[in-house]
Amino acid sequence: MTVTSQGRGWSATVENASAVIVLSGDWIARKGGVEPEAASHVLATGARTLSFNADRLGRWDSALIAFLSSLRDGGMVFDEAGLPVTARQMLALASGSSASPVPPQARSIPERVGYWALSIRDEAGEVAALVGTACLRGGAVLRGHSSMRGRDLLEHLSNAGIAALPIVTVVNILVGGILAFVGAVQLRRFGADVYVASMVGVAVVREMAALMTAIIMAGRTGGAYAATLATMQGNEEIDALRAFGIPMFDVLILPRIVALTAMMPILYLYGCLVGILGGFVVAVLTLDVSPLSYVAEIRAAVSGGQFILGLSKSVVFGLLIALVGCRVGLRAGRGAVAVGQAATAAVVAGIVGIIVLDAVFAICARALGV
Amino acid sequence: MTRLEVKDLSVGFGDVIVQRQISFKVAAGSIFAIMGGSGCGKSTVLKAMIGLLRPSLGSIHVDEEDYWAASDERRAEIGRGFGILFQSGALWNSMTVAENIAFPLKMLTPLDDDAIAALVRVKLLLVGLGSVGESMPADLSGGMRKRAALARALALDPDILFFDEPSAGLDPVTARRLDDLIQELRDGFGTTVVMVSHELPSLLGICDDGIFLDAETKTAIAHGAPRVLRDECTHPAVHAFMNRERMPGDPGGLHGHH
Repeated sequence: MTVTSQGRGWSATVENASAVIVLSGDWIARKGGVEPEAASHVLATGARTLSFNADRLGRWDSALIAFLSSLRDGGMVFDEAGLPVTARQMLALASGSSASPVPPQARSIPERVGYWALSIRDEAGEVAALVGTACLRGGAVLRGHSSMRGRDLLEHLSNAGIAALPIVTVVNILVGGILAFVGAVQLRRFGADVYVASMVGVAVVREMAALMTAIIMAGRTGGAYAATLATMQGNEEIDALRAFGIPMFDVLILPRIVALTAMMPILYLYGCLVGILGGFVVAVLTLDVSPLSYVAEIRAAVSGGQFILGLSKSVVFGLLIALVGCRVGLRAGRGAVAVGQAATAAVVAGIVGIIVLDAVFAICARALGV
Repeated sequence: MTRLEVKDLSVGFGDVIVQRQISFKVAAGSIFAIMGGSGCGKSTVLKAMIGLLRPSLGSIHVDEEDYWAASDERRAEIGRGFGILFQSGALWNSMTVAENIAFPLKMLTPLDDDAIAALVRVKLLLVGLGSVGESMPADLSGGMRKRAALARALALDPDILFFDEPSAGLDPVTARRLDDLIQELRDGFGTTVVMVSHELPSLLGICDDGIFLDAETKTAIAHGAPRVLRDECTHPAVHAFMNRERMPGDPGGLHGHH
């Protein structure tokens, strides 16, 4: 009995369980010369042995090898004598032993929970170590015993300070202005327009200047710290520092922490100034408040204690943003994706941390009666 | 038959000329070496050949068509006949190995997913990585990453394969295996191979022809098969390089203090 089967570029004639496959024409993968089901058609004919006739075969590339390789893996007696020598070589190459990596082991849910808990514990330990090292090395800086380079510190001071001024200005002016608008709507109902000034002053000095500046810095500087350190990790630059025995912490981490912690209070004071200015512009232009009474009202409402509260917040926020950015950058994986993930994680963790700390400050301030 | 012809090529960045007045022909199905010491501009010449850097002067002809005089679209079309293995492998780290190979096929051919999967499988088998398709590049060893990158270079069944330092960073045994693989692929598919290298064993082992670039004179100072250059070339720089000797008058040591 003779069975025939055919497709593009091949036809099979099966007689007494042995099939002869006639190959013809061009087999070029790029030009669509691949028929993934072809091999299963041949196997379905029930043939036990396979031989080939390639007299009319034209140009070919891996499309032909893919076809032959799937036929060979079908478990038949495979006679490749009729194939071109080069095709036989390629087929032999495609059957060589394959190196394989260690397959990742599947974990059960309790195992995963366990590993997760352990990783949290490890992370907590690492963070504590980082904070501890930061305190110790920070003390060394104050005593003049660190190997931090002055040039690095200046560069980071300028990045976290002067370079941040434009955006800090814009955001704080607008926040001050918005507060004045919102306050005006309510206060006007009681004929208490002039208290807009105290509202803007207290809100900006106690909360908004520190909070908004910290959120901006978490986005621009914290994210940048994480991305830079993650890139250095990927390029093995940090490994190189470690291999030389150069104190990585003093060279990379310390200048960033010192710069941001030092700059945040200054940015906060500046933020207060422009925030109050934003409120002033809105109040004077849209409400019946004279410039002099606005200033007088601000001076009466804002106390030194509130400034100290805002200042201490900004120092803690700066420290937090720098620590989070550096920690996330240092633990990043290697590769382009890891850099993006590190930047995102640093910004998100930084902002959440700032808001949580702000709540803690609010509770403490209330207890202390500030 | 000449597959590639480089005529009076000068390459550089802005005003800085890296190499000038280079001419050579690459025969179809041959393995051609661009040789020279570190920093002589081998990779820069390669960049001009694969369309990443416009030559300052001169031309490159692919199958007698002027590559850089062609329109951008036409140049991209010619480039689809190229397979390139970058020095670092340059695998896309966010994709699995199989996706790395499938991606060019998906973007540039009309093939459906099943056909692409069949081609990806055979390409991985050809480079001896049949079982790592689902791994991420970061999980592979250096040698496996090179081979995965080679499988990706083979994705479109190129007419010309370009290699930038294929065996850099590999141990001698792995490097030798890669050399054998390059030779087998050339023999099997008839692919033309252009390879930038300063690894003597690879150069002497598999290259049929080549050109030697010099950093000092900024041009080619010798043509020919590496084996022939080693035995017959009298130029002191080429002789020293091919025989791993000191240059005449070089007292030794990187700064000559010995």
